[in-house]
Amino acid sequence: MSISEQELKDFRAQVSAWMCDNKPADPGFLLPQTFMEVGDERQLEFLREWQHKVWSAGYLGMAWPKEYGGGGVARAFQAIADQEMRRYGVPICFNVIGLGWAGPLIIDIGTEQEKARYLKGILSAEDIWCQGFSEPDHGSDLGNAQTRAVRDGDEYVLNGQKIWTTMGNFAKYMILLARTNPDTARKYDGLSYFLSPMDVPGIETRPIRKITGEYGFTETFFTDARIPADCLMGEEGQGWKIAMQTLQYERGAEAGAAGGLMMVRVTIDDLIEQVSDVARDGEPVLQDPVMRDQLVRLVMEEKALALGDKRAHIAPLTTDYPHSLQLSHKLRGTEMARRMRQFAINLQGAAGGLYVGDTDARQGGFWQRAYFNSFSATIGGGTSQVQANIVAEHILGLPK
Amino acid sequence: MSVIGNTALSFSEEQAMLLDVAREFCKNKSPIAVVRSQLETESGYDAGLWDEMVALGWAGISLPESCGGSGMGVATVVPVVEAMGRAMLGTPLISTTLAAQLLLRAGGEARMEGVLSDIAAGTTATVALLENTDWGDTRLACTLGADGVLRGGKKFVTDATAARLFVVVVDCRGAPALALVRAPQLAAGAVTANTLIDQTKRSASVDFSGVKVDEADLITGSTVVTALRDLRLLGALLIAAEATGSAASCLDTVVEYLKTRKQFGKLIGSYQALKHPTVDILNAVDSGRSFIYHAATLVDEGPLDKDAEIACRMAKAHATETLLYAGDRAVQFHGGMGFTYECDAQLYIRRAQWSQQQYGDAQHHRKRLAGLLLDQVRG
Repeated sequence: MSISEQELKDFRAQVSAWMCDNKPADPGFLLPQTFMEVGDERQLEFLREWQHKVWSAGYLGMAWPKEYGGGGVARAFQAIADQEMRRYGVPICFNVIGLGWAGPLIIDIGTEQEKARYLKGILSAEDIWCQGFSEPDHGSDLGNAQTRAVRDGDEYVLNGQKIWTTMGNFAKYMILLARTNPDTARKYDGLSYFLSPMDVPGIETRPIRKITGEYGFTETFFTDARIPADCLMGEEGQGWKIAMQTLQYERGAEAGAAGGLMMVRVTIDDLIEQVSDVARDGEPVLQDPVMRDQLVRLVMEEKALALGDKRAHIAPLTTDYPHSLQLSHKLRGTEMARRMRQFAINLQGAAGGLYVGDTDARQGGFWQRAYFNSFSATIGGGTSQVQANIVAEHILGLPK
Repeated sequence: MSVIGNTALSFSEEQAMLLDVAREFCKNKSPIAVVRSQLETESGYDAGLWDEMVALGWAGISLPESCGGSGMGVATVVPVVEAMGRAMLGTPLISTTLAAQLLLRAGGEARMEGVLSDIAAGTTATVALLENTDWGDTRLACTLGADGVLRGGKKFVTDATAARLFVVVVDCRGAPALALVRAPQLAAGAVTANTLIDQTKRSASVDFSGVKVDEADLITGSTVVTALRDLRLLGALLIAAEATGSAASCLDTVVEYLKTRKQFGKLIGSYQALKHPTVDILNAVDSGRSFIYHAATLVDEGPLDKDAEIACRMAKAHATETLLYAGDRAVQFHGGMGFTYECDAQLYIRRAQWSQQQYGDAQHHRKRLAGLLLDQVRG
């Protein structure tokens, strides 16, 4: 089925008009920039209502199958809807673990029953999803997960602990990596993958207060928690394989996400704009030669990443260390984002010392909070130091 | 409009073919032993090798077909120069290409056909631009008098001992002009070679006093001003391309050593203190290649526009700092061996210091980028 340019153009105009009419007014409190920053019920309900509205209007899950709540149309439409959402600066579609990872996984390898049970609730935001991969003692070493799942009749009995569960306190379901066999020769072969309910006795969450002072993650404790045996996805022992597939969605290497704005992108333009009225030595800060030099460096860094994304697709220019651009992307992008936010605070003069809650904080303390939250990306999903090891070993061939 | 601006990046089949051929050529003809054999020679390169490069058409790659060139533009010189940088091959290609571009842009294809054809056929050329150590100084003390005689000298004239043709930037009746001077016109002892930190390169002070310039060898007018501005940007780009190639092979040298050298019973490449900075070098080289081919995408025969200017300056600001870092770490990571003249790390660290200064260092370009990027946003 081919789509005409005109069709796409008309669609863009339609989305654009809708966003213009429906963009929510400022709620009077700071909204999360990413799904990892949903700290209280107020933010949760606001975002739940917004995602539901976007889905009801037909602008979310457009390429997912129609029978499960999707739109059943080509991905090109969702891409346009996403662009317009970004352009209008509307809030995020926050059920990211469902929309971006669990959903595509279920569509790709789930059973008919799993698709019917889970997909629609992901899109409508009725069912919030969380992820139970990381454990307190095995942050970056996922294959070593120790949370136990023991088969007992029609149930599995869960014992153990997960950490960094995003929206664990709000979630109805969890994608869970647990050990069904502690005696396998390879640690990976003892892992299994579950689509687990959260509202069962024996599963408790405790919110983690972040460096920002806010919430967004929980610790999750399993104490003889019993879940139905049909929560197992695939077969016992396939957990590692399915978890790796999930990470592919997380890293954006696989298509299939339902769409929607997943995070508010902060750019160097936003940074420059926010300080246009700040003075330094009585002159505009943007005229200060030292600050200008630092800004130029940041612009160059951001531009190099954008150019690298393009060069990665030009085969004759990637022969030296193929895939170096792709594999370094997380390391470089997140580190740059962190430094850029740190510098944004530096540019504010004395106001850099103010924080969320102070009426004089620039943009309500947006940059202060954004800087702190940027560590979630330089630490989560493999710390920058682990990422550097991966690049050194897999790209440069350096010894472990 | 975003401050990130233009991110065009394309790579033609011609460029891909040239990159491939040039890398193979440089690898075969210029192994490190050959590079070292030229370190103390007068010209710094093997004339036979230069002839082979001319035969491959590289001297005229950027020149119009009417002048015996390939008509493929400066964009196609970038992969060749990157390949040369990778092999640390010292030849007058950059000097000659820049002189040709300056003549072409200032004098036009029709008028310059004769001299450009000579260059495409292998006549080595160079631009005599600087009069002091300041790349930001555009004042000219070297003058062409009403009598048609040059007065004054130039400094840091690259490949001056090899050049058969000098494009001398002079003041002529209060405006910049270009005077074409042929090597035999120079007085005895006019060329005083420098002792350079980078022994693969050559430059000299040249005294042009007393040289008589015919009307036919003088280019004046507004095109000279634009062409000089573009020369500085193209020079920055070609030096950036060469430095990026050098940084890439410096990285290879480091990686090779980290994979073979053992200390305390372990391969030193397994230590994160060495591993992570090496990844930093890789990432910097990756950005460097993106910058130079982005700039190559934006430069063409016409006067360079603002996007092209930004691209050339970014390429230079990034590339030579990358080579400085790579060369510096290469020496350090080779330990005691790195402190010796025998270790190849010295070639890179020396090249880095020279290249950083050529056509303006990183600070020179970032200062100008600040104006190009930030003042536009405010306005």
